[in-house]
Amino acid sequence: MEYLIRFAQAHESFRQPEIQALADLAGVEVEFLYYDKTSPFCIVRLPDEAAARAVISRSIIAKDIFELWGQGINFEEVYADVRRRTEDRWAQYKESSFRFVIDSFAGKRSNEQKRQIIQSFSFLGFQGAIRMKNPDQDFWVFEDYGLDMSSPGTPRPHGEEPKVIYFGRWIANSSRDVVNKYDLKKRRYISTTSMDAELTLITANMAHAGPGKLFYDPFVGTGSFLVAMSHFGAETFGSDIDGRSFRGKEMMERGGTMGVLSNFQQYGMVGRFMDVFTSDLTNTPLRSYQFLDGIVCDPPYGVREGLRVLGRREGLKSEEVIIDGKPAHYQPGYVAPKKPYGFEAMLNDILDFAVRSLVTNGRLAMWMPTSNDEIELPVPMHSNLEVLNISVQPFYSWSRRLITYRRLPEGQVSDVSQGRQVTDAEGVYADQLNAFRRKVSPLPFQRYNQN
Amino acid sequence: MKLITVNFLACAVKGCKAAPASYPLHFRDAELELQELEFQPEFILNIIPRIDWEGMRVMAKELGFPNIPDNKPEGDALKDERLLKELHRLLLETQVVEGRLCCGNCGHEYMIKEGIANFLLPSHLGLVIPSIAFLNAC
Repeated sequence: MEYLIRFAQAHESFRQPEIQALADLAGVEVEFLYYDKTSPFCIVRLPDEAAARAVISRSIIAKDIFELWGQGINFEEVYADVRRRTEDRWAQYKESSFRFVIDSFAGKRSNEQKRQIIQSFSFLGFQGAIRMKNPDQDFWVFEDYGLDMSSPGTPRPHGEEPKVIYFGRWIANSSRDVVNKYDLKKRRYISTTSMDAELTLITANMAHAGPGKLFYDPFVGTGSFLVAMSHFGAETFGSDIDGRSFRGKEMMERGGTMGVLSNFQQYGMVGRFMDVFTSDLTNTPLRSYQFLDGIVCDPPYGVREGLRVLGRREGLKSEEVIIDGKPAHYQPGYVAPKKPYGFEAMLNDILDFAVRSLVTNGRLAMWMPTSNDEIELPVPMHSNLEVLNISVQPFYSWSRRLITYRRLPEGQVSDVSQGRQVTDAEGVYADQLNAFRRKVSPLPFQRYNQN
Repeated sequence: MKLITVNFLACAVKGCKAAPASYPLHFRDAELELQELEFQPEFILNIIPRIDWEGMRVMAKELGFPNIPDNKPEGDALKDERLLKELHRLLLETQVVEGRLCCGNCGHEYMIKEGIANFLLPSHLGLVIPSIAFLNAC
């Protein structure tokens, strides 16, 4: 059966991967029959209506899904296609209450034209009541005038006709409205680096967060990913090398509630928040065995601040420090020593950790920055992880990518020959260790950093 | 810090990873708190196979919870809702708010303050094999 998905015009390269991830999660086959990155309309083949509902119900970038009744480049074609595909089903809806809605993309119709279009479908022979609120059946006419790339946003010249027209029966809405519920502006605890609700929820979909599952974020920060994953029912925990990031000012200065926990309270999901603790991925206290259903992270890029990992630079003392007869590291205010850490080394450490900790078919969804010019930084790969998809969020001078991996069963390996083979160059300063930082940092910043 | 989390943790010191005594970590001066949370049978059922039962029994015994079955429940035993609720209470509702977690191998103690454990290592532990002097500490 063919279905029409109506997408939001946002995060284009995430749209198909999200639908694919949700079809995988629902255990159904999806085939993309028509997809155009400038159009909100996409046609897919799915086994049945139940599958269509299952796939769309969690989607964040799709708005809704429709049973495709017909399509064409003009209305005559649409009528013929509707007749051909669905004539045997018209009787089924004869007595149902219904309504018609017209949605024009990059174009406009007057109310009179809309009325005429609706009238023109009277050959369907529906005799039920017309209800604008809660009808039994909801029929939609979609007109795609095609995005005018030269001047998007300006109205079409009068009299221009749509390039493609679709007609469909509404099946189900997506979860797109939850983006508003988790809007950062209304969230109790956030910071400048908290990822927005839409992207964290998409990430949770890509990683298959769901009820009964255990998910972990090794760079938890203000816990944006934990919130998104728990929204879909997962039990979540996280850690961060800087405990201040998840504690928050409220807790540290006034003994109030921990920042990350206060977000879970706000959304009524305290039962799905497992823990946060202070630790560093290179010296993680997590045992080395396959117990996580998924890992989601946005590792620090080391642009605003050089990357740090536990350890000491060459030449610093390695003996235990004793103050007033007590080991310094047991005293309040002790700050563990940290050393510069390379971006490549960190990404490799994340993949190694994922291989050790994910259950078979468990997923890692990792964000990674790249510069827009020159050669792209290669995708980090590991022979025990399959790269499922890569989506890009472009910014002015750089982009970030969401890479989704699947932990392969033992004995199965992926082809890593196309992937990242580089390891960190020898270096001491953050710039020498981080190709991304070198590419995006303006020169004065580099000079300042090396002094 | 919840008791379930402790089941997934061992000493963070590199040289301890291979030593059996580095797991489970032992609580010292633990101050416990019980917080009622929404019961999630699906999660408990999913996580039981991944719980190290012996480690959990050791921990529960040290904290004074005696009623843990000797063996990990399997098959029909998992249909017993009372058992799942008890495990939910122990693993997710019981939290350590203050105390220390101690490695049985190197003796290093990890602080828990206001429910948050700190596993960052001081420099002498981050890079070197722990000294013999610690071995008898726990």
